[in-house]
Amino acid sequence: MSGHGTRGSGTTWVGRAIRRLEDPALITGQGRFTADLAADHWVRFVRSPVAAGKLTKISGPKGATLITAADLKGVKKITPMLRKFNYKPVGQPVLAESKVCFTGEPVAAVVASSQQDAEDIAEQVELSIEETKPLTDARAALEVNAPQVHPEAPGNVILEGKVKTQQFDVAWAGAEKIVKIEARSRRQNATPMESRAGHASYDASSGRVTLTCTTQMPHLTRTAICDVLGFPESDLRVIAPDVGGGFGQKMSLASEYVVLVWLARKFKSSVAWTEDRRENLIAGFHSRDQYITLEGAFDKNAGLTALKADIISNVGAYSCFPTTCGVEPLMAMAELPGPYDVQQYQCLSRGVMTNTCTMAPYRGVSRPVITFTLERLMDKAARAFAIDPVDIRRRNLIERFPYKSAMGLEYDDATYKETLEMAVKAVDVPAFRKRQKEARAKGRHLGIGFATFSERTGYGSPAFAARGMEITPGWETVIVSVDPSGFVEARIGSSPHGQGLRTTLAQIIADEIGVAPDIIKVVHGDTDRAPYGWGTFASRSLVISGGATLIAARKVRAKLIKIASHLLEAAPDDIVLDEGVAKVTGTDRSIPIARLAREAYTQTHRFKGEIEPGLTETGYYDPPGTFSNACHVAIVDVDVETGHVRVEKFLVAEDAGRIINPMIADGQVHGGIAQGIGNALLEEIIYDENGGIITATLADYLPPTAHEIPPIELHHIETPSPNSITKAKGLGEGGTIGAPAAVINAINDALSPFGVEIDEMPATPQRIRAALRNVEKVA
Amino acid sequence: MKPAPFVRHVPKTLDDALRILAEVAPQDGRVLAGGQSLVPIMAFRLAKPAHLVDINEVAGLDRIASDGKILSIQACVRHAAFHKSVVDNPLGRLLGVVARHIAHYPIRMRGTFCGSLAHADPASEWCLVAATLDATLVARSTRGERLIAAKDFFAGIMSTTLAEDELLSEVQLPLLPNDAKFGFNEFSRRAGDFAMAASLVTYRLQAGNIVDVRVGVGGAESSPRRIAQAEAALKGKIPDDNAFRAAAEAAAKAIDPLEDHQTNADYRRDLVRAVVRRALEQSQK
Repeated sequence: MSGHGTRGSGTTWVGRAIRRLEDPALITGQGRFTADLAADHWVRFVRSPVAAGKLTKISGPKGATLITAADLKGVKKITPMLRKFNYKPVGQPVLAESKVCFTGEPVAAVVASSQQDAEDIAEQVELSIEETKPLTDARAALEVNAPQVHPEAPGNVILEGKVKTQQFDVAWAGAEKIVKIEARSRRQNATPMESRAGHASYDASSGRVTLTCTTQMPHLTRTAICDVLGFPESDLRVIAPDVGGGFGQKMSLASEYVVLVWLARKFKSSVAWTEDRRENLIAGFHSRDQYITLEGAFDKNAGLTALKADIISNVGAYSCFPTTCGVEPLMAMAELPGPYDVQQYQCLSRGVMTNTCTMAPYRGVSRPVITFTLERLMDKAARAFAIDPVDIRRRNLIERFPYKSAMGLEYDDATYKETLEMAVKAVDVPAFRKRQKEARAKGRHLGIGFATFSERTGYGSPAFAARGMEITPGWETVIVSVDPSGFVEARIGSSPHGQGLRTTLAQIIADEIGVAPDIIKVVHGDTDRAPYGWGTFASRSLVISGGATLIAARKVRAKLIKIASHLLEAAPDDIVLDEGVAKVTGTDRSIPIARLAREAYTQTHRFKGEIEPGLTETGYYDPPGTFSNACHVAIVDVDVETGHVRVEKFLVAEDAGRIINPMIADGQVHGGIAQGIGNALLEEIIYDENGGIITATLADYLPPTAHEIPPIELHHIETPSPNSITKAKGLGEGGTIGAPAAVINAINDALSPFGVEIDEMPATPQRIRAALRNVEKVA
Repeated sequence: MKPAPFVRHVPKTLDDALRILAEVAPQDGRVLAGGQSLVPIMAFRLAKPAHLVDINEVAGLDRIASDGKILSIQACVRHAAFHKSVVDNPLGRLLGVVARHIAHYPIRMRGTFCGSLAHADPASEWCLVAATLDATLVARSTRGERLIAAKDFFAGIMSTTLAEDELLSEVQLPLLPNDAKFGFNEFSRRAGDFAMAASLVTYRLQAGNIVDVRVGVGGAESSPRRIAQAEAALKGKIPDDNAFRAAAEAAAKAIDPLEDHQTNADYRRDLVRAVVRRALEQSQK
């Protein structure tokens, strides 16, 4: 069946690669970003130059407007909360109070009449800090005599997840082989093109403040700021205008925004802050700093029977709002078993506090790390059993659905094996092996790496509730209206910032109500206009907002048919909405949909009270969650003399259920893979022994450029999800999740003649050379 | 991320530029040419010059000229000028090969040859060219003109023997013999990044043996320089894999490697070994 419509006739928009409706403005320089707004006052944050210490004095130059924690009387700490996993609530002051906990922590706000002046004054602010020894490494923080980052979290453990399935010990004891990996994932920054920025403006007539900022979640930003500052949400409007990338970094509350709203209210004026790249790299949230020790028990047929994991997640100095720092360790624990049929599982997962920048979600969250770890384990196991890496995956991938995981998650219909076979065929493994052999004879070291994974997307509230989150996101609301002139507007609680939702949601609506997508406007990112919602993150918006859109659009459709049935004097079942008109099937009678809309407002007396006035309907959707899946294949060329890795080719076979817009879906996968390759090879935040960051510029922190990204070949399977009313699954994070594992497995394949293994991401040339140098010395 | 306040002076003649530089140099005055190194470090406030003497509008500083022996490059000649061969000599081709490794296209359109030398980043390709080919640098000030040999010019990481009131107004590169062979190779993590090691080699063949050999290494020590041990390993040898490997090994051993958090001495030596051998291999293509 093609497309999404079930009417049997007419135009369908779902499934078509139409161009993005949001792009003309963005590519002609008409986008509207936070930093475009003029302000009366500019703010520069004075940040801690040291990682840990007692803050004893802050002094600014004469005449400077300098706001410190002492000025913020009555302002509460940001205190995210989990009700499970022995979570220790740790409050974060919006400006440092008596101690500083990480390099870059905001300590004071300088307010001046220009950005330039604010920066010049901030440079003259003097901080007296009695430095103490910082902790930057999570393992060091777990040592018995380690200093305490916060007394509220003894031993620096802020949360601890534990699980052990009933038959675990039996399975473990019966193993033919135990295979182990000690994986290390280094710290990364999401590096959106647009750094963070905020603009808070006070309106004297209403007493309200409008905060325009680069957020992925405007409503939750409003709730959080009003909680912390203690005033009603009706007095704060939050706008997310065009946002230049978020990747999770902009879904956590920036304490800087709280200060901006406070300042706007205090000065009854407008204040603005634009973060610079250095601030973003040192203080704009980090992620992926984990140690995972993973062991797999395999039976004699290389079947995986049990997994044992010890996960240590360095969550930094505070817990991010709203997800809390549980987002990494708990997702790692819940989803580590991945796409494999393994029912016995033991896991200890700890969130560990250190004197480093606070961790926040970053595209994929823990899954790039757990997928890397598990896929390395599978390759090691393949080697231990002397079988092919593809073969060990064939033997272990889940085949029957729905499947209940060892953690109790329900996996909906998916195609783990089919995508693997599709990728294996497309990449032509035998031909590659031949080429690899020939290249090796000439001193070139090619490698191929596979990653198979599942990607949990479109989580509803039950999935988040399982973590015990005090703030439990999940559902979405969409309000679809047709105005009296026939134009359609969908107001959504999601907050897209590059995902193409203005286009894909319009495609869904277009199919339901029979109009073209270009007369449908999707409105988002303004708490005064959009219904309360959770924003855009976690590969959720197309599934959840898309589902709510479909529900609302179906209601509008039903109403249009009812009106048409009145006006055309025909049975509702005989009416078809298509190409802007309502038609009576088998006749030449029709009426424009715009006309129906006009009548819905202006001719209600004709409906004799049988139809309510107006044409506005609301849809709510809170799905159980659905699992996308994919197989990624990387072919790399490793220069064994320098350690440099060139990714020659990348191939993806993926299944994200029904694809609403193939071009947008492909774009999401491309972008994700680019970030994943960066994570695999290049990107690393490095702290020195004093807790300072030595990768504070884009000359030191290295995102990939177009040069480093190879051609990407995509193949799709569409398995409609029973857990999603549009049949679509999310796919925003998959590229990032699979790519590090595929690339690093490929590096290991290339290096296999040398007997060295790289179990660390990023696999930098320095690390590759260090490993090779070790074996060269022995040889 | 904006610079500290400064005053910008825009002289139209070289004499004016030198006069202003002499005045402002004691008050932390700096010369601004292409600005591709100075402006970023000012934006980070790592440099806070109170005065900038902007020489972009000084007439005549954009010339490249050759008298048949020397190629002279004036202070405002941009990197991009070398995309095409600037002189009918192997040197023109050599500069063209090297120029393409300098950062990215927009930076090459703005940054200058002399500016790179004055900035003296150890990873600079032009500094490596100047050191390997024994360039002569012309420093001018109100006090007069001074010629400095490249080997006496570089004084460590981002440090030179230019006096604070001196403008590097010209660089003179000797033309290469018509039968000169050359090769260049550099290593960086991403295309366009600063070199973590680079090598430039030139030589001639006499009866099949290597003569007039120069092996320069950049990015690996605090300043680029010729590596005598590597040159000795090549002198009089036939240009084959054995000779190239011996020279590369000698260079790796001879350097005093720069180290940082990600690059230890062993790794820097690995890179030097690789870039020297590859530059030599390149010379045969």
